[in-house]
Amino acid sequence: MPYLELHGLRRRFGPVVALDGIDVSLEAGEFLSLLGPSGCGKTTALRIVAGFDRPDGGSVLIDGKDLTRVSPNRRDMGMVFQAYSLFPNMTAEQNVEFGLRIRKNKRGARRKRVAELLELVGLGHAGKRYPHQLSGGMQQRVALARALAIEPRVLLLDEPLSALDAKVRVQLREEIRRIQTQLGITTLYVTHDQEEALSISDHVAVMWSGRIEQIGSPSEMYGSPATPFVAEFIGTMNRLESVVVDGARGDIEHAGTRLTIDAARGRTKGERVLVLVRPELLELEPSGDGAAGGENSLAGTVLTHTFLGSITRLKIVGPETDLTADVPTARVAALPIGLPVVARVPAAGTRLLSLGEKPASEGPDPDDR
Amino acid sequence: MRRRWIAPGAIVWLVVAAAFFLIPLIATLLFSLRSIQTNKCCSSAAYSLIIHDHQFWHTIRLSFVLSLETIAISLLLFVPTVYWVHLKLPRLRPVLGFMALVPFVVPPIILVVGLLNLYKGAPSWFYDKPYGFLATAYVILAFPYMYFSLDAGFRSIDVHTLTEASQSLGASWRTTLTRVILPNIRVAALGGSFLTLAIVMGEFTIASLSTFKTFPTYIQFVNETQPYEAAALSLLSFLIVWAAMLALLFVGRGRPRPAQVAATR
Repeated sequence: MPYLELHGLRRRFGPVVALDGIDVSLEAGEFLSLLGPSGCGKTTALRIVAGFDRPDGGSVLIDGKDLTRVSPNRRDMGMVFQAYSLFPNMTAEQNVEFGLRIRKNKRGARRKRVAELLELVGLGHAGKRYPHQLSGGMQQRVALARALAIEPRVLLLDEPLSALDAKVRVQLREEIRRIQTQLGITTLYVTHDQEEALSISDHVAVMWSGRIEQIGSPSEMYGSPATPFVAEFIGTMNRLESVVVDGARGDIEHAGTRLTIDAARGRTKGERVLVLVRPELLELEPSGDGAAGGENSLAGTVLTHTFLGSITRLKIVGPETDLTADVPTARVAALPIGLPVVARVPAAGTRLLSLGEKPASEGPDPDDR
Repeated sequence: MRRRWIAPGAIVWLVVAAAFFLIPLIATLLFSLRSIQTNKCCSSAAYSLIIHDHQFWHTIRLSFVLSLETIAISLLLFVPTVYWVHLKLPRLRPVLGFMALVPFVVPPIILVVGLLNLYKGAPSWFYDKPYGFLATAYVILAFPYMYFSLDAGFRSIDVHTLTEASQSLGASWRTTLTRVILPNIRVAALGGSFLTLAIVMGEFTIASLSTFKTFPTYIQFVNETQPYEAAALSLLSFLIVWAAMLALLFVGRGRPRPAQVAATR
């Protein structure tokens, strides 16, 4: 039986539909990220689980018990907030101890647990400091320890890293994952950063305009996005709007160029499809003597180089389509800016989505509440 | 360490400004030290007369207790209100701000006439007693000072996040208010309280027109007959307010500064 279940959660704020039927079920000890652009409803979903907001419809179940109408201070949820939320009048130790004092635990037991938790988040030495004497990363570590102190049923994290700088962010997210695995605590994590979500989750749910577009493991989300929105949102995608020409051979036509794609086999002729190609799958070659290029290729000119470390990302402007291609940095010298190139689209490994669905445009962007 | 250089022009201005404040005080002091018999300096007779006047002790005690009562009522009334408005009804903030301006705009003379009429039928334990009628009027008078102090205090903390953090850890509303919110707006509440103290200790119009004998009406009474004693009294009341402000400074410093709470939303 799943440990945490959300059934058909709905929530409106005036005319804005924040949640339009959310269903999630999570086993005990699993880590689920709610990922989406701001205004997609992910924070609203988390706040409903925490009890700070009531849904208009649907229910929140933990371990089979309906908590939808239970007030937040009786839910035993550990929450880490986006804004720094430590009580400024208390030291790190007193902050962590707060939940235990509310629970009237014995003084000795409290002290022991506080010390353990501060040790766990790597701040055993900083217990006597006040929040304003701690860096942002340290404050969020204390906030994590404070949330864990009460042995919550579910750990809720609302973009806990977004106020931190890049290096601390990566370091702390790995530690959140380590602690979560070590304690085996069921965790809901809200973020708009796809890299963050993919790197630390068991499951990722991509949300858009109040709905879950797709839910799956990080590799499923990256490798086989189910909707154009997910494809666009997770990683970078080249999108080729095309028409199926020959379903038997897998031929499609994109802006006058014929391409053969394995995924197009069995499609009906004339169907409008979206071909999705990851930048690392495109193979670039200098186009010799202005020739249109070989099989399965799109022509263009190198516009920019963006150095990303071991790979370099190239923007290619074509007559019809602009492409993004990732090339090993060692090869970039052979592909200078301004060079006419052809980009070979591999037949295998390319995703194809029917274009009857919702277009993957930017959704409305109300406040992320 | 590098010595800081002060421009001669700045010193001149400092002296002028200090003189502006100090000369009246010194003059009052010298005046209060004159002897009643000889009209010459120096005698502490005025001070000793005041200190031995039981009316002095009676009125100053009344005014002091009144100000404590006003502070207590104001805090009990406004801390939860301002907290709730910040948390749940932020749209009411301008309304409260406007209401808080009313006691500034309405002259005390109009206020007291209105209040006297309004409470005319009230029971005598309220209407005839300073701790009833006068305290009520003073709560109204102190409203702007208390409100704007508290409002600034609540604006300097992230009320939403602190409240939600406290609740998610299991705290009830009362615990959240007393253990989390109050300690973090303490300085603001103290500021409002000392302003209230200063107002009540010096309020004359309402007390006089509703015929109560408070400290300011006592000063006025003395002033009509005994000028030297009145000067001594003025200095004493000045010292009281000064002591209150110093107390605020020390109490406010006795704790680490509250952290900057980032409001990222």
